[in-house]
Amino acid sequence: MTRRRGALAFWGFVGPFAAGLLVFTYVPIGWSAYLSLFDARNTVTPTRFVGLANYADVLTDRAFLDSIGTFTAFAAFVIPVTVALSLGLALLVDRVPVAKAFFRSVFFLPFACSYVVAALVWRTALFSGLDSGVVNTALGWFGVGPQAWVGTVDPPLYWVVLVTARLWLQVGFYLILFVAALQRIPAHRYEAAWIDGASPGWQTFRHVTLPGLRGVLVAVLVLNLVNAYQAFDEFYNILGDSRGYPPFARPPLVYLYYTSLGSGGQDLGRGSAGALVLALVIALATLLSGRVLRRAG
Amino acid sequence: MGAELDRRSFLLVAGLLGVGACGSDTGREGSADGTLRHWYHAYGEDGVQDAVRRYAAAYPHARVEVQWNPGDYDSKVLTALQNSAVPDVFEAQVKVDWVRQRQVVPLDDLLGDARDDFVRALLDSQTVDGRLYGVPQAIDTQVLYYRPSLLRDAGVSPPTTVDELLDAAKRLTGGGVRGLFAGNDGGVGVLTGPLLWSAGLDFLSPDGHAPGFDDPRAAVAFGKLRDLNRDGGLLLGAPTDWADPGAFADGLVAMQWTGLWNLPKIIEAHGDDVGVLPFPRLDAAGGDSVPVGAYSAMVNARSADVEAAKAYVEWLWVERTDHQQEFATAFGAHLPARRSLAERAERLASGPGEQVVGFVTRSGRIATPARWPARANTALSDAVSRIARQGADAAAELRAALDVARAEIARLDR
Repeated sequence: MTRRRGALAFWGFVGPFAAGLLVFTYVPIGWSAYLSLFDARNTVTPTRFVGLANYADVLTDRAFLDSIGTFTAFAAFVIPVTVALSLGLALLVDRVPVAKAFFRSVFFLPFACSYVVAALVWRTALFSGLDSGVVNTALGWFGVGPQAWVGTVDPPLYWVVLVTARLWLQVGFYLILFVAALQRIPAHRYEAAWIDGASPGWQTFRHVTLPGLRGVLVAVLVLNLVNAYQAFDEFYNILGDSRGYPPFARPPLVYLYYTSLGSGGQDLGRGSAGALVLALVIALATLLSGRVLRRAG
Repeated sequence: MGAELDRRSFLLVAGLLGVGACGSDTGREGSADGTLRHWYHAYGEDGVQDAVRRYAAAYPHARVEVQWNPGDYDSKVLTALQNSAVPDVFEAQVKVDWVRQRQVVPLDDLLGDARDDFVRALLDSQTVDGRLYGVPQAIDTQVLYYRPSLLRDAGVSPPTTVDELLDAAKRLTGGGVRGLFAGNDGGVGVLTGPLLWSAGLDFLSPDGHAPGFDDPRAAVAFGKLRDLNRDGGLLLGAPTDWADPGAFADGLVAMQWTGLWNLPKIIEAHGDDVGVLPFPRLDAAGGDSVPVGAYSAMVNARSADVEAAKAYVEWLWVERTDHQQEFATAFGAHLPARRSLAERAERLASGPGEQVVGFVTRSGRIATPARWPARANTALSDAVSRIARQGADAAAELRAALDVARAEIARLDR
């Protein structure tokens, strides 16, 4: 009786979650794998089997390969910068003698802002191409002429807009992770290091703080990596419009969105093949970065 | 305590079963009660929504529910057509894929004697394999608006060739005003068609079975867009995009390429100081052009009652010329899809409106042909963007786009 009741309680609590996972995650993934083998234009119940043609198609599509390449480069740039900024700020916030909670909140607040709202503010107010845009006004004080920011491709000034928006939005979140991890490093390790003659500053950071952060550092890097490949919100809202998206700085997800859901042609077969290829790329990159980090450790 | 736990477990299990029951929704009960669902995209002009709800309420033979769809309407329609009985009636521009998948029904029998009254090119644009799938509602077009006073001050005459347009954009720039605005993407989105037409080319060949830009002159035309982007006369990074009259109405530019639908707001801003032009020709071998598009009323093949939906479309978009007239001309400026109505429209009887009617009649070109595939369009637009904005080699880019377009067009007939 008790065991039955226990089982019932177990399924009562786990069941909804498991059912949700099954219906909203595993079934769509399986369906996507199925669709990727069919000519599935404008339909989720296709009939024309095409084998691996969709995979051949996306893997030879310059637009898709460009987007994967661009976002590998994007990840290689934005991840180190995010880690350096959030870890640096975390160290400062951790040491500040007064109003620690205030500074923590101030840096965390942007994370609570919607990516879409931030994208619109970045595009229409801060980096507007008008002479009256906030950044253009500031540049004017230094005698620099107004720039078209999002509209300037050569040099690619749109990256300034995209990268600053992303950093502003996500640095606060990783900062909180680092602050929490810093507080978990026992004080006696620092004391022991000082007794052993380590000087405060770089030596202590290198030999006590950094090893103590290894776990969270790996988590931050992996989260960041996945995030970089999953870029969509701010890119779509800063560079996209009703007519489509320019061929540069086009994240893989934006490419897949236009392929499989965008207006004009819903090619769900090719979109599914692309999604699975992207999932594979993310999995490989994650494994690879994990291995590299372990070796470094 | 024990009983309470049991009750809780029961509720949880019952809840789960309830979730399962919801999953058996077939999507078929949409119009089981005889109500017709009619979808529109969200028109920007005030009053359109009230008007179409009024028309729906006036339909005597069935209850019609209007749904107004802000946001990415075209994608929403595509998704709905895949397996939903809703909407019964919707506005869109026909795609060959919809016909191949039997998602829409032919409407030839609705027009009757009125067929000859509709603008022929519009009917053609909604026809696939000789059958009509949409009844055109109103004509949308785009033109080059300019401020005659600013051109006069700069000693520039209204441009009649692409080179003159480039020169004007440069010379009209200064004192916080830029020469031309054609979208924040440097004109890639809206000027691709006009540039092809300016060189006497098109998206598709005349028979629709091949790309229409397999010609070295396409590279020349898109090279002009690169010059325009490079020379600094273009406004980029404006707060609103090409489809909004903002940049022109607020005096940020001397010329803007935007929709005819903005004419009332533009006249409100600048009064008599408004001129309109078609997109100019590249050279003597090409021609002036304005793009022509028309949302058309279509019937979902999965509708619970296709005949009732067709009867409603016939009533609203063929018989009720009073509603059609008001819909096209009373809110923003559109042109009626029928010649007999165009003659009666006051706003189009004089001034810029009258001139635009002339542009459409003389040199209107279908902006999105049914046989022009979305993927081909993306390939061409990527190529134009790389040529115009990144300085890529025009001939090589267009060759790559031609390959995609050829394969996609061939697929339509497979």
